[in-house]
Amino acid sequence: MDQEMIEFQKPEENQEVLRTHLEELGNHLSEKIGKIFGRSLHIREVDSGSCNACEWEITALSNPVYDLERFGIYFVASPRHADVLLVTGPVSRNLYTALLKTYEATPEPKLVIAVGACACSGGLFQKGYASLGGVDKVLPVDVYIPGCPPRPQAILQGLLLAMDKLEQKIRKRNFSDLHEGDTCHRP
Amino acid sequence: MTDTYFNELTTQFSYAFLDSETPVPDELYITVKPEACVGICRYLYEKCGASLVSMVGSDERPLNGGFRLYYFFSLPGHGSSVPQGSRSFVNLQMKVDERHPEFTSITPYMPAAHWYEREIQDLLGLKPVGHPDPRRLVLHENWPKGFYPLRKDFDYKTQPPRTSEDFEMKRVEGEGVFEIPVGPVHAGIIEPGHFRFSSVGEKILNLEARLFYKHKGTEKLAEILPFTKGLFLAERICGVCSFSHATSYCQALEKIANIQIPERAHYLRTIFLELERLYNHVGDVGNICAGTGLLVGNAQGMLLKEKLMELNEAITGNRYLRGMNTVGGLRRDLSEEKRILILSTLRQIQKEFKALIDVIMFLSTQRDRLETTGILSQQVARDLGVVGVAARASGLDSDLRRDHPYAAYDKVSFKVPLRTEGDVSARVWIRIEEVFESIRIIEQLLDTLPSGDIRVEVKEIPPYKYALGYTESPRGANIHWIMTAPDSRLYRYKIRSASYVNWPAVPLVVPGNIVPDFPLINKSFNLCYSCTDL
Repeated sequence: MDQEMIEFQKPEENQEVLRTHLEELGNHLSEKIGKIFGRSLHIREVDSGSCNACEWEITALSNPVYDLERFGIYFVASPRHADVLLVTGPVSRNLYTALLKTYEATPEPKLVIAVGACACSGGLFQKGYASLGGVDKVLPVDVYIPGCPPRPQAILQGLLLAMDKLEQKIRKRNFSDLHEGDTCHRP
Repeated sequence: MTDTYFNELTTQFSYAFLDSETPVPDELYITVKPEACVGICRYLYEKCGASLVSMVGSDERPLNGGFRLYYFFSLPGHGSSVPQGSRSFVNLQMKVDERHPEFTSITPYMPAAHWYEREIQDLLGLKPVGHPDPRRLVLHENWPKGFYPLRKDFDYKTQPPRTSEDFEMKRVEGEGVFEIPVGPVHAGIIEPGHFRFSSVGEKILNLEARLFYKHKGTEKLAEILPFTKGLFLAERICGVCSFSHATSYCQALEKIANIQIPERAHYLRTIFLELERLYNHVGDVGNICAGTGLLVGNAQGMLLKEKLMELNEAITGNRYLRGMNTVGGLRRDLSEEKRILILSTLRQIQKEFKALIDVIMFLSTQRDRLETTGILSQQVARDLGVVGVAARASGLDSDLRRDHPYAAYDKVSFKVPLRTEGDVSARVWIRIEEVFESIRIIEQLLDTLPSGDIRVEVKEIPPYKYALGYTESPRGANIHWIMTAPDSRLYRYKIRSASYVNWPAVPLVVPGNIVPDFPLINKSFNLCYSCTDL
């Protein structure tokens, strides 16, 4: 890459654009969450071997600038309370069991979001003696958020996509439940 | 600088020396006979005031028919030509025969070596004879016996079958003793590690930490990547010390290629290194408030950190300063407009940070939690070779920026804050003082920023050469050692991060404190798991 290649917008303008974008994204997301759950969205973050940058970007979502909780998004302490798993890292060999157990502890219907290049594809680490090469080698992944690390806005955008996916999942499940003659469980 | 030591050592241990060389200035490599190694290490440590900064095992069977161990010491400089207070590196190396893959452990004399030796045992299959705790470290019980990833005949892509074996945790037994297992998946958004507390009531009797869950084979992977891609790997050793690790990597290779990077690149690197320290320290001070339940302070700290991250992005294009470093200098220049942006932002940050400190650090409730909590004694700190903020809070006056000046640190004046209490409060105060020092350093550099090129082209690097690259990251000294291979690749890349040496100190500090203070103590060290586990 050359030094002339990337010229940024003026920093202040850049931040302005991002902030407006954030509000729009957040409100849209909040509306969707309300429609699907009738309550806030609960997220559990699982680190499966990232370099820590993705964690800090997810943490940044809770700082006063992004303040995710105002949109009805809440990070929970246990996978048993979670609707969504945010997984970072290429899945290290030593964390394979922990990741599986966390997934199994999460109630259905659940979504798995792979956050960051490593989680999406194994990134730089690929498949190696201690890296399994991406979250989808271990768990079914619903949404991929690329980036190294993805910006907080990108993670929000990913959550929005995940809500669409969840809507589909619920619709499908309700339909199949009815089909089998069971009672329909409204979420 | 190293001559005087060399003369002293040769007279003391003349029978043990095989060879010596100085491939790069300030790094003396001495090849010694294996049987004399422990004696020389002890002499350096006990008589010369040396500290063990790294220990590397390398499979050099294809080159000279054996394994090789390297012991890296940092020694206070002495002699007439040496500037006051500076230090230099002395590195011992010895061969380990393939047929007898074992060596004498130096841990009984130098506790700082205990993890290095266990790691060498796991990854290279060399047994440290006499090690007091030879349990597995890096490879967990899912790893079968007889596979050693860092040996040259092991392919990076090999995935041996999973086995299960029990790992023995030290236990405390007795009436009323409870075990509290925590992790590897924690309640907060943090990295994975397993902690086992043995406690009576709220009081912690013993803590065992099990790490290396995030081991991804970084060092092995570096051996199959070209050196240009190895840089991306170095940036991803740790998210929040990204620039520091990348700089260590580049400096080592620049030494090996014997090139001088432009003055402007040195200045800019130093500025970015300090910006990295700034956002980390400001964030850490805010984070401490999360540990004491002072949410206003936490929110304010996070806000200031976010401002610094946005500044990073505005000037480099990345919130974590990634993509700026390259072997030979920097990839992007700093325009006049951005120079002014840094100055104005820092002025504002300085004011707001000062206001934050005035509020949070003098509250009696806050002081009650921070003071006398988690005391790390100077003796333990020295024995374990603790570095960075934790060392300086326990009275160990060490800072690579001053002791082994690199980049443009010899062009600026700055203070290295020092405290002796060794508690959580001292570690927080060291960070606070360093924030103001960092701002001062950046201002000095921006005022005298030289013009000119920002990089020199490095097309290839010579094979079978080695050198150290080191930086003082926000957490302490990051020391990288690189040995090159033909075709501009790396033969061995040893990454010793600040977190790696500081982690063993945490479980020693915790006993005697109450369980709710553990998060606070942990946050005051603020160690990274990823740069430990690799």
